[in-house]
Amino acid sequence: MTQARDEIKIGGLGASRRRVEDNRFVRGKGRYVDDIVLPDMLHMEILRSPLAHARITSIDVSKAWQVPGVRLVLTGEMMASRNLAWMPTLSYDTQAVLATDKVRFQGQEVACVIADDPYIAKDACEAIVVEYEPLPVIVNPAQALAEDAPLIRDDKENQPDNVVFDWEVGDKEGTDRAFAQADVVSTLELHYPRSHPSPLECCGSIADFDRSTSKLTVYMTTQAPHIIRAAVALVAELPEHMIRIVSPDLGGGFGNKVPVYPGYVASILASILLERPVKWIEDKTGNLISTGFGRDIYLRGEMALRNDGKILGVRMQTESDHGAFFSDAQPSKFKIGLLHSAFACYDIPAAHLVNRGVYTNKAPGGVAYRCSFRVTEAMYFQERMMQAAADDLGMDQAEFRRRNFVRDHDFPHRTPFGFLTDSGQYGKCLDVGLEAIGYQGFLKQKEEAKQRGRLLGIGISTMTEPLGAGNSREYDILGIKMFDSAELRVHMTGKAILRTGAKSQGQGHETTWAQIVAHELGIPAEDITVEEGDTDTAPFGMGTYASRSTPVAGAAVSMVARKIRAKARKLAAHLLEVSEEDIEWELGRFYVRSAPGQGVTIQECAAAAYSNMPDGMEPGLENVAYYDPPNLTWPFACYIVTVEVDPQTGVWDVLRVVAVDDCGVRINPMIVEGQIMGGLTEAYAMASMQFITFDAQGNCVGSNYMDYLLPTAWETPGYELHEVVTPSPHHPIGAKGVGECATVGGPAAFVNAVMDAIRDTGVRNIDMPLLPDRVYEALTQRHDVSGAPPVRTDD
Amino acid sequence: MYPSRFRYESPRSINEAIALLQEGGGEAKVLAGGQSLVPLLKLRFAAPELLVDINGLPGLDHHTVDPDGTIRIGALCRHADLERWAVLPARQPTMAAAAPLVADPIVRNRGTLVGSLCHADPQGDWASVVTALGGHVVAQGANGRRSIPVTQFVTGPFQNTLGYDEIAVEAVIPAPKGQAAGGYLKLERRVGDFATAGVAVAVELSGAVVTRAGIALTGVGGSTIDAGDAAQSLAGGQLTGDSIDNAADLAARAAQPRTDHRGSAEYKRQIVRTFVVRILTGVKESTERAA
Ligand SMILES: Cc1cc2nc3c(=O)[nH]c(=O)nc-3n(C[C@H](O)[C@H](O)[C@H](O)COP(=O)(O)OP(=O)(O)OC[C@H]3O[C@@H](n4cnc5c(N)ncnc54)[C@H](O)[C@@H]3O)c2cc1C
Repeated sequence: MTQARDEIKIGGLGASRRRVEDNRFVRGKGRYVDDIVLPDMLHMEILRSPLAHARITSIDVSKAWQVPGVRLVLTGEMMASRNLAWMPTLSYDTQAVLATDKVRFQGQEVACVIADDPYIAKDACEAIVVEYEPLPVIVNPAQALAEDAPLIRDDKENQPDNVVFDWEVGDKEGTDRAFAQADVVSTLELHYPRSHPSPLECCGSIADFDRSTSKLTVYMTTQAPHIIRAAVALVAELPEHMIRIVSPDLGGGFGNKVPVYPGYVASILASILLERPVKWIEDKTGNLISTGFGRDIYLRGEMALRNDGKILGVRMQTESDHGAFFSDAQPSKFKIGLLHSAFACYDIPAAHLVNRGVYTNKAPGGVAYRCSFRVTEAMYFQERMMQAAADDLGMDQAEFRRRNFVRDHDFPHRTPFGFLTDSGQYGKCLDVGLEAIGYQGFLKQKEEAKQRGRLLGIGISTMTEPLGAGNSREYDILGIKMFDSAELRVHMTGKAILRTGAKSQGQGHETTWAQIVAHELGIPAEDITVEEGDTDTAPFGMGTYASRSTPVAGAAVSMVARKIRAKARKLAAHLLEVSEEDIEWELGRFYVRSAPGQGVTIQECAAAAYSNMPDGMEPGLENVAYYDPPNLTWPFACYIVTVEVDPQTGVWDVLRVVAVDDCGVRINPMIVEGQIMGGLTEAYAMASMQFITFDAQGNCVGSNYMDYLLPTAWETPGYELHEVVTPSPHHPIGAKGVGECATVGGPAAFVNAVMDAIRDTGVRNIDMPLLPDRVYEALTQRHDVSGAPPVRTDD
Repeated sequence: MYPSRFRYESPRSINEAIALLQEGGGEAKVLAGGQSLVPLLKLRFAAPELLVDINGLPGLDHHTVDPDGTIRIGALCRHADLERWAVLPARQPTMAAAAPLVADPIVRNRGTLVGSLCHADPQGDWASVVTALGGHVVAQGANGRRSIPVTQFVTGPFQNTLGYDEIAVEAVIPAPKGQAAGGYLKLERRVGDFATAGVAVAVELSGAVVTRAGIALTGVGGSTIDAGDAAQSLAGGQLTGDSIDNAADLAARAAQPRTDHRGSAEYKRQIVRTFVVRILTGVKESTERAA
C-alpha cells in the first residue's frame, strides 16, 4: 500500500501526471519541422498532376528556370538519370518519385522547383508547361477488374492486369462444412470508405547535405526515423553513418507519417545537388490528396449460425483499393495486414477469408490510420456482422455477443484465423458497459419513444484487437524485425536521460516513459528526460504506429531499467558492505534484509557508480535494452452508443457514449483516457461525416478541410469512460496497447446505433459516413444505401 | 499561404479607397474580413493585382438601430458583433438566429455581413437573411452613394452589381411594421460548414395576422433564392397548419438544388420544406402563447 502511494508521489505507474511536453506545446514553443530555419536554406514546391490518368507527352520547364530566384527544377527525367525516378515501397512495390511516363492519380508529383522562397517556387511551378494525353480513369475495384480495363501499372513487367495480389487465409473446407450445418446464414456487404489520417501538421522535410563532412541531415515528419535512415541508405546509396534523420516535434501522425514520400526524396536530392539546405512543407491539399490514406475496402461476408445463437463459421470476401502504387505501410507478412484478426474475441470454429487487392487511379498508400494494419476494417465488419446476425436470429444483440465470447478460462485461445489471444474478461467488460448505459431501461425508453414517433437506437461494439507489432517472427519492414529499444543513462546525481527507438506524435512518451523508469527504479519521473527521434542519438527502433510503443518500446524501457537496477544492486552491496544476496529492494531503495533501517537510495548508488565503485567494476550507470515481444498484446473494448434519429431530416444526435476499455495496466490513466477520447472522436468522425471520394474523372473530393470534415468540440459527443484491468501476461508491466482501440472499435458502435434506430424499415446497411441525407434515404425508401456518397449526378 | 504577388494598400479615407479602386481599374479587390477572399488568394483562385484593405477606414464598424427601427450594419461590423448584440433577438429574430450559425467563432471574429453579401456565395447565410428581411445595400463610389435592394445586389454565384470602384458601406434592414418574428435554420454537416440547405423566414405580425413575410433559401440554387411565392401566400392571413404546409411546399418548389456530396436534390427540397414548417410553427405557437 505505502509502496503504491509512494509510487504515485514520484510519478510512477498509475499516476495521472500532467504531460511534460504540454509545457512547450501550450505555450506555442513546440519545435516542428517548419519551425526550423537553417542558414542559406532554399524552399521546394511540388507541381502535381491535375489529371488522374494520363500519358505525359512533354514537360517544358524553360519558363520556370527564368523566374528570378529559381535554383533548380527537378523532373522525372532528371530523377531517372540518377536512378531515382522510382523508389521501393514498404510493401515491395515501386512508386514514382516524379512521374516519367504517365501520371496515375490526381495530385501525383510531376516536378519540383527549388527557389529562394516558397512564393517564387510556387510561381515557377505555375510556369511549367506539362502536356498530357488523358487516359481512361479507374476509380474503384469493379472498374479495375473489368475485362477491358486499361492497365494502370504498365511500367511493371509481368503485370497483365490491375490486380495487386490475391491472398487467402483460414480453413476453406472446414468453413464449408460449418455452413453445411447452419440453421441460419446471415450475410452482409459493406464498403469502408477511404478516409485520411489527416494530422494537423502536414508532411515536410529539410534536407541538409554538407559537402565538407559528407553528412546528410534530414529533419522530417516521420513516425519511424530509423526506418527512414535505412531506406535512404538503400535508395540514395549513401553510407548509413553519414545519414542523420531527426524527427522533431510532430503535429500528429496517425499512420500518415510512416511511408516515404516523394517530397522527402526530392528534397534530399536537391540538397545534394545544390549543397544547401532545402525545405519542403506540404500544404493541406497536398497532404489530403497524395499521402497515405486509410481503408477503402469492400467487405462481403456471411456467417453460419445455429438457432440457439452459436456461430459456426464465417466467410469473408474482400476487395481492397490500394490506389496507383501498393505502398501500404504495414510490416506484417500478411498481404492485407491483420484483416484476419476479425472475430478474434468470439469462439468460432471455422473461418475463411479471401482478399483481392487492386490498383486504381487514386492516391497510393493504404496506411494503418490509427490502427494495426487493416484492423479497423476487420472490427467494423465484425461488429456490423454481429448486429445483422443477431437481428436475423431475432436475438438480443448483447446476449448474442456474450454467448459467443471466448470465456475467461479459455486462454490462450487460437482464433479461427490463427492468432493466439492470451487474456481478457470479455463478459465482464460487456456487463460494465450494459450497466453503465442502463441497457434494459434504454430498451424500454426506446419502445415508448417509438409510440410517439421518435426513433431511438442503441449500438454495441465489442472487440479484441492485436496491438504492438511484432514479434519478430511474423513482423518486419523490408526484412528489419519489429523489435524496439531503450537506452538509459543515469547521471551521477541520480537524474537520468532515456532514449527510445519509438517516436511520439502526441502520445505523451516524454511523460509515460519516465513513469515506467520511476516504477522500476524509484527515480522520480520529473528527474528523467526522455528524448526520441534523432537517429544519431537514439537506439535503433521501428518507430511509433500500430499502438506498438508501450507494448514494445515501453517494455524495453522496463527491461533497461531492470538492467540498471541489477548493477545498482551490486553498488548497494558495496556501499552497505554486505553481499548482494542479503539485499532487498523497495521503490527507490536497497536495504539490508536483516536490518531494514540500513539502506542506500538509488541516487546514492548512482553517485557511487561514478565516485565509489568496487574494484573491478566498470564505472558508470547506463545500459541499453532491445525487446522482441513474444506476442502481440490483446486489449479488449466494449463501446455502447445511443442515438436519436430525426425522421424528417435523417439527422442523428448522439445521446450517450459509454466506453469500457481493458488495456491491461494503465501507466498514466489520464493519458490513456485522452487516447480513448481522441479515438472515439475519430470513430465518430468516420461514422458521421468523413470520406474521400472521387468523381468519374478521378478528381478527389475531400481535398481540403471544407470538404474533408474534422469534428469540432461542438458536435463531438461526451464520453463516459470505464475500465477493466486484465494485465498482459507477457508484457513486463502488464500493459497493452490502447492508442487505437477506440478508433478501431468505435465506428461500428455509432453505425449500429443508427441502424438499430431505423431497424423497423428492414434496412440492413448504410455505408459510412452516415450523413443525414443517406439516413433519410434509407428511412424513406427502405433500401440499403451503399458506396461513397455521389459526387454529382445531375449535370 | 503562398498567393500570387499583389500590391497592398491600406487607405485612411473612403475617398482614398475609391481612388485606389479606380486606379486598379477592375484588377483591384476590396479586403474586408478576408474570410472569403484570403482563402481564394491562398488557392490562387483569385489573383488581384491590388488589395485595398478597408479595415482602417473610419465610421464603418457600426451596428445601430434608428429611432424608427431601421437597422444599419456597417461594412466593418463583424459576424461576432451581431452574435453578441443584445437587442437583436427582440428586434430582428431572423438575424439573431442566423448570427451564431455563420461559419465558426474564429471566422465570425473577422468576417463581415456586408462582405458576405458582396461575396454572393449561394451558400452564404446572410444573403438569405437580408433577402427575407427585404434589406438593401448602400454603395459609395466617386459619384456618391446609391441604395441597391439586396435582391438586385446579388445577381448570381459570386456576382454583385457593384461597380469596380464602388464600396459597399452599409447594409440596411427596414423597420418592421408589426411585430418581427421568424428564424433561420441551417443543416450543416459540422460547425463551420456551409449549408447543405438553409432557410430564412421573416414575418411581421399585427396580432395574429401576417402583414409581411419573406422567405429565402441558402445553398439550394446557383444563387440565394427569394421564395417570393411562398412568402406571398402567407401575407394577410393567419398562420395555420394548412397555410404553413402550403408555404413550405411553395418554398420547396422554389428551391433549385443539385445533387452533390452533401445530399440529393430531393433531400435538400425536403429539408427546405421541413425547416419552413419548423420556423413557422414556432412563430405560430409563440403568437398563440402570447395571445
Ligand atoms: C472556414 C470558413 C467557414 C465559413 N462558413 C461560412 C458559413 O457557414 N456561412 C457563411 O455565410 N459564410 C461562411 N464563411 C464565409 C464568411 O462568412 C465570410 O466572412 C464572408 O463570406 C465574407 O466576409 P469578409 O468580410 O470576410 O469578406 P472578404 O473575404 O474580405 O471579401 C469577400 C469578397 O467581398 C468583397 N468585399 C468585401 N467587403 C466589401 C465591401 N465592403 N465593398 C465591396 N466589396 C467587398 C471582396 O472584395 C471579396 O471579393 C466561411 C468562411 C470560412 C473561412
